[in-house]
Amino acid sequence: MENFSLILAIVVVTALAFDFTNGFHDTANAMATTISTGALKPKVAVAMSAALNLVGAFLSVEVANTISKGLVDESGIRPEVIFAALVGAILWNLLTWLVGLPSSSSHALMGGLIGATIASAGMGAVHGDVLVTKVLIPAIAAPLVAGVAAMLATRLSYTLGRKADGKAAEKGYRAGQIASAGLVSLAHGTNDAQKTMGIITLALVAGGAVAPDSDPPVWVILSAGLAIALGTYLGGWRIIRTMGKGLTDLQPQQGFAAQTSAATVILASSHLGFSLSTTHSVSGSVMGAGLGRKGGVVRWSTATRMFVAWGLTLPAAALVGALAEYVTGFGSWGTAVVAVFLVASSAAIWKLSRREVVDHNNVNDADEPAGVVTTAIAMVTPPPTGTVTENLTATIAAPTGEPAASPATTV
Amino acid sequence: MKIDWAALGSVFGVSLVVTVALVALFTLGIMALSHRERAAEQGDSATLALTGAYACFASCAAAVAYGISLIVA
Repeated sequence: MENFSLILAIVVVTALAFDFTNGFHDTANAMATTISTGALKPKVAVAMSAALNLVGAFLSVEVANTISKGLVDESGIRPEVIFAALVGAILWNLLTWLVGLPSSSSHALMGGLIGATIASAGMGAVHGDVLVTKVLIPAIAAPLVAGVAAMLATRLSYTLGRKADGKAAEKGYRAGQIASAGLVSLAHGTNDAQKTMGIITLALVAGGAVAPDSDPPVWVILSAGLAIALGTYLGGWRIIRTMGKGLTDLQPQQGFAAQTSAATVILASSHLGFSLSTTHSVSGSVMGAGLGRKGGVVRWSTATRMFVAWGLTLPAAALVGALAEYVTGFGSWGTAVVAVFLVASSAAIWKLSRREVVDHNNVNDADEPAGVVTTAIAMVTPPPTGTVTENLTATIAAPTGEPAASPATTV
Repeated sequence: MKIDWAALGSVFGVSLVVTVALVALFTLGIMALSHRERAAEQGDSATLALTGAYACFASCAAAVAYGISLIVA
C-alpha cells in the first residue's frame, strides 16, 4: 500500500460502489421466491442473504481473478480503464434496478471492461470468441437449463404431492425454500464478491501497489464482502418484486422447485466449468416453475422486457465504459468529470426511484407497478419526440418523469 | 471458436437429474409427514412414514452439504 495514488483510491472506491450495486441488484436472485411465497418476511430474508453473502466472500479466493482473465488483454490495463469499466457497470446496474429488471451484474462488468478496453487499446484487445463462449452461449443456456429443470421438478412436485397438505407440508416447503435460497446466497457471495476483489486486485497490480500474481489483500476481501452484504441487506426491492411477482405467481411448491433448480444449476455449472449467470438461472427457473404448474402463467411481456435488458446489458455497459474511458483520456480533469458524472447520475437515478418507492412494505403487492412497465417500454423504444440527449442516463431517465400511470400495459 | 458442448451438456444433464431427484425426495418427505399428521389426528402412530420422511430429508441435507462443500472448495 505504499504507492497509493489518487486514481487508485478512486478505482477502489468505485469498485466497492459496484460491489454494493451488485449486492442489491442480486438480492432478488436468492430471495425473490422466498419473499413472494411468504416463506420469510422480507427484512429477515434480506438479512439472511446478506449474512450468507458476507460468509461466502471469505470462503475462497479462487474466483477472484477470473473476471479479467481471458476476456481482455491485461497488459494494457491502466487504473483509468478499470475505473471507466466500473462506471459503465454501475450505471447499467442502477438503471435496470430503476426499471425493476433483473440483469446480470457480471455481464455489466464485462461489458464495461470490454468497452473501456476498446476505447483504450482498440478492437484487437478484445477476444471475440471468448465473448461468444463466455457470455453469449451461457446467457442463452442458463435460463433454458434452469427453466426446464424447474418445470419438470414443479410438475413432479404437484403430481407427487397431491396428498401433501396441512401444517407439516407448509412448514416443510418453507424450510426447503429457505435452505435452497441460502445456498444461492452463499454461492453468490463466493462468486460476485470475489469478482470485485479480482477487479480491485487487478487495479492494485496495474497501479503498482501490489506485486503481480498476489492474492487479494485482507482489507480488500473484507471491504468487498462488507460492500456486497450491505447492498444485499438494503435490497433491490424493485427487482425482487419483478422476479417474485412480476414474471409469474409462485406457490410454495413452485418457489421451492425454482430455487432448488437455480441452486443446482449455479453449483453444477461453476463446478463443471461452464459458468452460468446467477441472474439468468434464477429468472429461467422462476419462469419454468410458472409453466410447470397447471394453470400457471408466465407473463411473457415482463419476460420479454427482461430478455431485452439482458441483450442490452453488454453493449450498453460497453458504450458507457468506452465513453468514460475516452473522457478519462484527457487527463486528470477528464477523470474528475467522469467521477462527477457518475455521482450525479447515480443521485439522479436514486431521486427518480423515490417517485415510486418500492420497499419491504409493498414488495409483495400483486399488481406489477405501472411505473416499471412505462419506464421499461420507454427504455426499449426510442422517445417519440426525438429529443436525443447525449448520455445514456438522461435518455432513459427522461420518460420516467411522467406520472407512472398506464395500467393498460400491465398484463 | 470452440464451444464446449460436452461441458454444457453435462451441466444440463446433471442439473436436470439433481433438481428433479431432490424435489422428488423432498416432496416424498413432505408427503410422509402429512400422512403422519393425518394418522396422528386419528390417534394412530405412523412410525414408518416418519422414518421415511427423515430418510428423505437426510438425503436432501446431504445434497445441501455437498453443495456447500462445492462452494467452499
